[in-house]
Amino acid sequence: MSNKLLEKHLSLYSSQLKTRKLWNILVVFLLTISFLISSTIIDFNFSNIVNGVPRLGDYISQILPSLDINLIFENSETEGSIKYWYFNFKKYAFLLYETFNMAVVSTTIGFVLALILSFFSARNITPNIYGYYFVKRFLEFLRGVPEIIYAILFVWALGIGPLAGIMAISIHTTGALGKLFAEVNENVDLKSCEAIRSHGGNWLSEMRYGIIPKVLPNVISYTLLRFEINIRASTVIGFVGAGGIGQELYLVINFNYYEEVSAIILLIIITVIAIDISSSRVRQKIVGEIND
Amino acid sequence: MTDKDIISLCPRAFQPIWKRSPIVFTGFIFFVSYFLFCLYLFDFSVSKIVIGFSNMKPVLTAMVTWKDFFNWNFSSIFSGLAQTLGMAFLGTFLATLVCIPISLIASKQFFKISIIRFLIKRLLDIIRGVDILIWAIIYVRAFGLGPFAGLLSVFTADLGTLGKLFSEAIDNADTKQIEGMKATGASKIAVIRFGLFPQIFPIFISQSLYFFESNTRSAVILGVVGAGGIGLQLTERMKAQYWDQSLFIILLILIMVTIIDTISRIIRMKIINE
Repeated sequence: MSNKLLEKHLSLYSSQLKTRKLWNILVVFLLTISFLISSTIIDFNFSNIVNGVPRLGDYISQILPSLDINLIFENSETEGSIKYWYFNFKKYAFLLYETFNMAVVSTTIGFVLALILSFFSARNITPNIYGYYFVKRFLEFLRGVPEIIYAILFVWALGIGPLAGIMAISIHTTGALGKLFAEVNENVDLKSCEAIRSHGGNWLSEMRYGIIPKVLPNVISYTLLRFEINIRASTVIGFVGAGGIGQELYLVINFNYYEEVSAIILLIIITVIAIDISSSRVRQKIVGEIND
Repeated sequence: MTDKDIISLCPRAFQPIWKRSPIVFTGFIFFVSYFLFCLYLFDFSVSKIVIGFSNMKPVLTAMVTWKDFFNWNFSSIFSGLAQTLGMAFLGTFLATLVCIPISLIASKQFFKISIIRFLIKRLLDIIRGVDILIWAIIYVRAFGLGPFAGLLSVFTADLGTLGKLFSEAIDNADTKQIEGMKATGASKIAVIRFGLFPQIFPIFISQSLYFFESNTRSAVILGVVGAGGIGLQLTERMKAQYWDQSLFIILLILIMVTIIDTISRIIRMKIINE
């Protein structure tokens, strides 16, 4: 009897193994096919890489500064010192400050709009079901279009400068945060809203006293997360002329001011990493404090 | 109960906000004033925005009136879409392949030389600190215009993120199975293959799929700096003020992203359930 059972299980196992193998073959086959198709579409081939890598190496060695260890702390006139590399530091610092402010302003605008719209786009608390569908689709559209496309449009409308970038990032942020906030709102327990309604509170006071206190920690932490993303976005949105340090970076790359490229990129990396670290600290602290 | 009784029950709750939580209040005031200061710095005014948007009016009307739709250059549009998808797929695929050995080196359990581990982790941090568009513009300088530069920038940006996520997944893997394999005297490769891989493989796959999804979004914009794909077609048309075609391309992008999202979500759900 045990032999029979063993045989049954063995046959079951081998059949499962067979289907598993077939699946694996199918997956590998599909991956290979899509690999081949996409490499032909974007002419990804060996000679391209072999030709390109030395050029990339050349470019990188060109943009890296020629620092001389003996002269590293000399003044900005001597070639090979840090000051010579960063002779334009004041300008960069101002542009970085502008970039930071762009992120602050656009995150704030996006936060306020998203918070207002999220009450309409949360299924459980929306005042009007048609409004729910409308606002939801609207937010989807807002976040579906990349920031930089909006930026091209707004540069056209508002002129070159940080204002266009701020508008573009705010709109995208509204869409992205609106969705997250709406999801938070949908997970809220509605008992406190019922209590407020039974005391004669209107929809507005339900939202203010029933929903906001509960969702605030999550909302703030999402906003800070978005702030980190927006810092990155505002460093590059200048590529289309929408302000911030990206505009300068685009300029120096296109005019081949080699050493300035690495100077700006290094500053951007330092800023982004510093803001990521501090924002994640603040986020943990805020969420912890409100939950306590 | 009168109002006074209720207030005496919990006096702090009915105090004005600056007495209840002065820190939050001052923080709020500080933030609002900083915000207003920034608006002042940027020369922000409502009239400017209104004027700007009224300038947009002809653009918006041009966007929705599609003139001689059948003469548009559809082949370039759809090949742009295909290029974008190809960049996203190849970039994610190659980055996944490269990240598996990198993450093994960056994890504590399998690599003992801590200085190399540290260096690799910092290198990944630096790669992640640079936005994908900056990579694109550098690669466009080095490799010339075209989707190949876009592929490389997707690949590089993924290297940083996937490398970090993969090595975290390996660090979080259950050590018991690995120790069990080691106790049988298995070789290092066998330990990785049978002790580690079954645990982390589903995580790797679902993360790669997720990144494929998000890379289709980012590959869309790479064309702005000349790295090929649908973004190039879109920016060219926006610069030439073919607003109707631009809107058409934007709609196509939205549709493509939605389809990719749905497919990848279904596959991820299936893998996680398995």
